Amino acid sequence: MQSVDTNNAANTITKFNKKGSKPLSRDRWLAVLFLLPSLLLIAVFVYGFIGWTGYVSFSNWNSLIPDLSFAGLDNYFYIFQTFRFQSDIRNMIFFTVFFIAVVVFLGQFLAILLDQKIKGESIFRNIFLFPMALSFVVTGVVWRWVLNPKTGVNLILDNFGWTPEWYTNTAVVPSWDIFQIQFGLPLALISVIIAAAWQMTGFSLAMYLAGLRGIPDEHREAARIDGANERQVYFKVILPQLKPITFGVIVMMLHISLKIFDLIYTMTGPGANFVTDMPAVYMFNATFQGNFYAQGAAIAIVMLLLVAIFIVPYLIRSRKGEA
Amino acid sequence: MKKKFSIFAALIMALSMILAACSNSGGSGNSGASGEDDNSGNTVGGDKVKLEIFSWWTAGGEADALKALLKGFEEKYPNINAVNAAVAGGAGSNAKAVLATRMQGGDPPATFQVHGGAELFTWVDAGKMATLDKLYEKNGWNGVFPQKIIDMNSKNNHVWAVPLDIHRGNVIFYNKKVFEENGVQPPKTFEEFFAAAEKLKANGVTPLALGDKNIWPATMLFENTLLAKLGPEKYAELWTGEVPFDDPAVKESADIFKKMLGYINENHASLAWQDAAQLVIDGKAAMTVMGDWAEGYFVAKGWEPKKDFGWIETPGTQQSFMVINDSFGLPKGVENPDAVKKFLSYLGTKEAQVTFNKIKGSIPARTDVDKSKFNVYSKSTIEDFQAAKENSSLALSLAHGSAASPGFLTKVNNAVNVFVTQQNVDQFISKLKQASSLLGK
Repeated sequence: MQSVDTNNAANTITKFNKKGSKPLSRDRWLAVLFLLPSLLLIAVFVYGFIGWTGYVSFSNWNSLIPDLSFAGLDNYFYIFQTFRFQSDIRNMIFFTVFFIAVVVFLGQFLAILLDQKIKGESIFRNIFLFPMALSFVVTGVVWRWVLNPKTGVNLILDNFGWTPEWYTNTAVVPSWDIFQIQFGLPLALISVIIAAAWQMTGFSLAMYLAGLRGIPDEHREAARIDGANERQVYFKVILPQLKPITFGVIVMMLHISLKIFDLIYTMTGPGANFVTDMPAVYMFNATFQGNFYAQGAAIAIVMLLLVAIFIVPYLIRSRKGEA
Repeated sequence: MKKKFSIFAALIMALSMILAACSNSGGSGNSGASGEDDNSGNTVGGDKVKLEIFSWWTAGGEADALKALLKGFEEKYPNINAVNAAVAGGAGSNAKAVLATRMQGGDPPATFQVHGGAELFTWVDAGKMATLDKLYEKNGWNGVFPQKIIDMNSKNNHVWAVPLDIHRGNVIFYNKKVFEENGVQPPKTFEEFFAAAEKLKANGVTPLALGDKNIWPATMLFENTLLAKLGPEKYAELWTGEVPFDDPAVKESADIFKKMLGYINENHASLAWQDAAQLVIDGKAAMTVMGDWAEGYFVAKGWEPKKDFGWIETPGTQQSFMVINDSFGLPKGVENPDAVKKFLSYLGTKEAQVTFNKIKGSIPARTDVDKSKFNVYSKSTIEDFQAAKENSSLALSLAHGSAASPGFLTKVNNAVNVFVTQQNVDQFISKLKQASSLLGK
């Protein structure tokens, strides 16, 4: 995207020159010039297409032949009534909560350990960071075999008399009957959470480590002089200062977990009884395999709204912070 | 001080955004590579005309068969470069998604693999295909392909695709050694099947291997019980809406399907069909119900038909033949329609049909080929196909898109996925009934 912007910038400048423009100071004129291409591209390729998706989601386009007649909220009503979408929402909630919790706590914990000025720190840091360099597709394929109940890690665990079913487990705990589904944590999701956390913990580790390094040593020394023990130094002095980092990590992880597709698609698929299905996977199935374009668009819009609920307040907050 | 921190945090955020962007571009690097292939298919590079042959034949025997086919074509037409543009994924689950995007976007491949029947007709109805009536006349195909197969590729009195192969979908493949060791005979009826399954289970062998990570193998299992309980005629009427899904025979087949699910491997949801076939090879499972591309897989793994593995029709379908037919058509708006027609003509030749099907484990759509060139499994399938053709007991596969539209199939797959775990017959039937409103579309 960015390289496209710069390429097009030159073209647009020449166009812009011919047209002429309102009298502007040279600086502002240049600023507008440089921003214009990316603004246009974003307007079309991001907001334009979001608008188009929204439009399709209100249509009757549920076959290969486009039918853009108005269907009202039919597609939304339909998806919310399906067993599959209800499962998706449940899975998304539990996946998000546990995934973020694991990533935040594990990242923080590892960062504190690494911050002890140990030997070979950079080796450890790199080891933890490497999974992040992989694509979710690779992670998915690897963990699919590691956690396959008949091969992989179970061959070791078997020696201890414990062979969990991992992602083929269809149990939901606790299983309250809500609508058509059982509400609770699908145990199969634990495998997916492990894989996702394996990949993303390095990221939060890096964030926290940078945060810890940003805290001047004087703070610790001052606390120690005041008679605080090591535990108090961490819990009362260091960790409270890491709050903005935690907030950043949560927002980053949130938008990953709400939109997750590639990891699920390669690792487990929708899973038996849809225990590992996610809205994005359903959207793909509905749109490109079932040709239910309008229903797929409706799922996409629901996902967008869910992400927006969390991201928009963050954007507003950070804007206020700047001003 | 506090401000310093937030600046710091913002910096880290920015850095991480860049990192995230990098990892994204890393991911799209893969698709970028296939994107290049896409271009080469449509542009004329040098003197050679390039044709992009789109399919989902990427596994074992299938991939070899396609390679041999393309090689044979290039020997005959050295000026045309047929590029293999296959997309992996059993039953075309991924390939169909890629194809839908390309067709909708006005960038069709030169020709693409499609199942004859409803799946082909969705493209015809959408006005994306060119008719092949003249090509059929020119090559005299109307006499050499069985009428039923031509019907599968015809709509509105025009024919739209050239059938390359026929697969049989109602076959149980079994490990002969495991059967002998456990004193089990190949089951002809459901009673025999369940008796054998019980015996195998008691001896610690998984009776039936299933790999339904992608759900269609489970759907195949169900459609075979439907065919057994309804018979070919009533089975065909399911898809026209003449027989409703709350018919007692449908419920009965759901009950049997449910009973069969009691004998499958526990990790079925983590496996693909190849993995299930591998369980049979390894002797961990005794049987698997699969189309006869599994035969191609067994042979590719060094197994010999009749010696290492045996086969039998799924219980109650001895007289029937579940047809899965791969065809190739001519999309509208391709760059070199004449070259594509040459390729399609080649697909219809005896030579191409023998070369391809011999390796793939399928049988030719033409009925006038020399069957002595095929192995013992394919010979018997060819004979069964002839017999079924004469009895008109050919049945169209639902799981493979011939019987009903992709929309209906998607809903059925969703229902089957839930059923495999919950095993609630009434709920399953009501979901099928609900989905059947999509049959006309």
